[in-house]
Amino acid sequence: MKTINAHDAIGEALAEEMRRDSTVLAFGEGIATKRKALVDEFGRRRVRNTPLAEGIIAGTAAGAAATGLRPVVDLLFAPFMAFSMEEIVNSAGKLRFISGGQFSFPLVAMAMTGAGWSVGAQHNHNLEAWFVHSPGLKVVMPSTPADFKGLLKAAIRDDNPVVFFSDIGLLYVPGEVPDGDHVVPIGKAATRRAGTDVTLVSYGKTVPSCLKAADALASDGISAEVIDLRSLKPWDEEAVLASVRKTGRLVVVHEASRTAGFGAEVAATVAEKAFDALRAPVVRLAGPDAPPAASYPLEQAFVPQPDLIALSARQLVGRAARVSSPAPVLVAAGA
Amino acid sequence: MGTTPAEIRPEALLEEMILIRRFEERTSATLTSGGFMGTCTCVGQEASAVGVVSALGPNDLILTNHRSAGHLLARGADPGRILAEVMGRSTGYCKGKSGTLHVSVKELGVILTSTIVGGELSLAPGVGLSVSMKGEDAVVACFFGDGAACEGVFHESMNLAAVWNLPVLFVCENNQWQAFVHRKETMLGDHIAPRAAGYGVEWEVVDGNDVEAVRDAAARAVARIRETGKPFLLETFTYRQRGHFEPDDQSYVDPSELASWKARDPIALLTAALVERGTLTAEGVAAIEARVSERLDAAFAFASSSPYPDVAELTTDVYA
Ligand SMILES: Cc1ncc(C[n+]2csc(CCOP(=O)(O)OP(=O)(O)O)c2C)c(N)n1
Ligand SMILES: [Mg+2]
Repeated sequence: MKTINAHDAIGEALAEEMRRDSTVLAFGEGIATKRKALVDEFGRRRVRNTPLAEGIIAGTAAGAAATGLRPVVDLLFAPFMAFSMEEIVNSAGKLRFISGGQFSFPLVAMAMTGAGWSVGAQHNHNLEAWFVHSPGLKVVMPSTPADFKGLLKAAIRDDNPVVFFSDIGLLYVPGEVPDGDHVVPIGKAATRRAGTDVTLVSYGKTVPSCLKAADALASDGISAEVIDLRSLKPWDEEAVLASVRKTGRLVVVHEASRTAGFGAEVAATVAEKAFDALRAPVVRLAGPDAPPAASYPLEQAFVPQPDLIALSARQLVGRAARVSSPAPVLVAAGA
Repeated sequence: MGTTPAEIRPEALLEEMILIRRFEERTSATLTSGGFMGTCTCVGQEASAVGVVSALGPNDLILTNHRSAGHLLARGADPGRILAEVMGRSTGYCKGKSGTLHVSVKELGVILTSTIVGGELSLAPGVGLSVSMKGEDAVVACFFGDGAACEGVFHESMNLAAVWNLPVLFVCENNQWQAFVHRKETMLGDHIAPRAAGYGVEWEVVDGNDVEAVRDAAARAVARIRETGKPFLLETFTYRQRGHFEPDDQSYVDPSELASWKARDPIALLTAALVERGTLTAEGVAAIEARVSERLDAAFAFASSSPYPDVAELTTDVYA
């Protein structure tokens, strides 16, 4: 074990996979400048700065992937992916099917998102659901340095296009990372805390918020189970269903806007497959349907906070008056 | 391997062009009478397809656009399997999942037919990158239209291929039309190729209806790419003689423009030249037509007797 942050965990994953497999290469707007250690070890043919052109960066990754390379591309901030939607969605995601299985697209498209740096709505937009809804793609969003490393290594080894979201708020938070070839399988959730009264399902920076809420709930005698999805496509339905069958109550928490966000998928699946087990309505806590603001207090208020998560859980177990029903407060109290 | 194109007799080029022409005509007739729509034919542009593809070596790779039947047939694709794909049959090159608009044929190095205009331009540098990272000497031919040259990705693709020294032969088939809009409405100047100069890329414009001229220009361009490792932009100046897709009454087309281009039909031009050179006779032409007709009879029989894919194919090949 060693303690590093997610940014360095990403660097380790890239270095280890590039060492292991000579077809892995990385390019993006400044990656060769920012990750100098990679350039020193692997050279400028495998670690490349690109022109400012997200469409061709993603398209080049798709073309290279179809013909034997395993590119990792850094698209910087998630909203810039709007410029590469065509290449990721129409090419990387669809061309395997369209070609009748003749080609595969083993690439990783990385981008940062989320509150934390007060960068405003054109740099901060949790748009992961766009890609979850697109066929042929996989989507991951880790919350710990160990998962940043392990999921990135799995994404690079995967024969499919994987969209890898880095939550800005988590990039420089240190955490323990196992030694050795640490690979986290795509599609497996992690139970961060076991509990019996209510299930809190989340991913990204709202996972630590759920853990804080679970601490607060514990002091009230409420036992919360916290599940970190880590992968959104494929996602670990079984882990969530098993937990809900145990607790009978579910709160889904994410930073992305509420309407048609990933929480809707989780809620619908639980309603379809574990309706009998539910002892209370499913609750979604999500960002509002608005562009995230830059101002720090507003940016934080966009994100469901531990107090709100704990309050919702208490309501579900009947230990607090309902403030709104069936789906409570959308926006956390904030500053 | 395959650094220079094999010698090909002009009569063989003619036969390929006639195969493409008859394939497109019969496909259109069959599909529209059968209630299908949508093939985008390359009638009038056969010299561009045959001229360029015949200048490629066996290891070279191709990406193309929705008007790709000519490129596929010139590359040696089986007309029966293309047709099966067009008809949505399981024996098609893509098991019927592509249809007419996205046919790829890995075994022939045809990586993509993109019906997203410009999609071929976005993938081509990556294919060139693979070739160059693996130290191969293949050239990546990327066919796109004058319309695609209006997309932003044209710029991104040319620029990246130039700064990364990627072995891409960009082939702009300037057929004067961008679906239902004449290119004169969408761009100033008659040609796309000179834009290459701004990227530091070599270029040439060639008469796209003269198959021998196209083949020579493409062979020069390919040789240049193999020599320099850098991209090249070749523009074939030609004309889309039929509609954007089938059926299309072309009521929006200026009849005198169409007539003037039909007077320079690529198949008629080569036929006349070969007759004049004394290497082809009327009987020779009839023999070509008979061979082509026989091949297409077999292709249509194969495709139309092929089964549709099983419904289970709906969700296969989504993930590797
Ligand atoms: C991104 C995109 N925009 C629009 C279309 C609709 N469309 C299909 S072909 C075409 C014209 C393309 O013109 P050009 O690139 O010159 O190719 P040509 O059809 O002349 O061969 C258009 C507008 C499309 N398929 N994709
Ligand atoms: Mg055109």
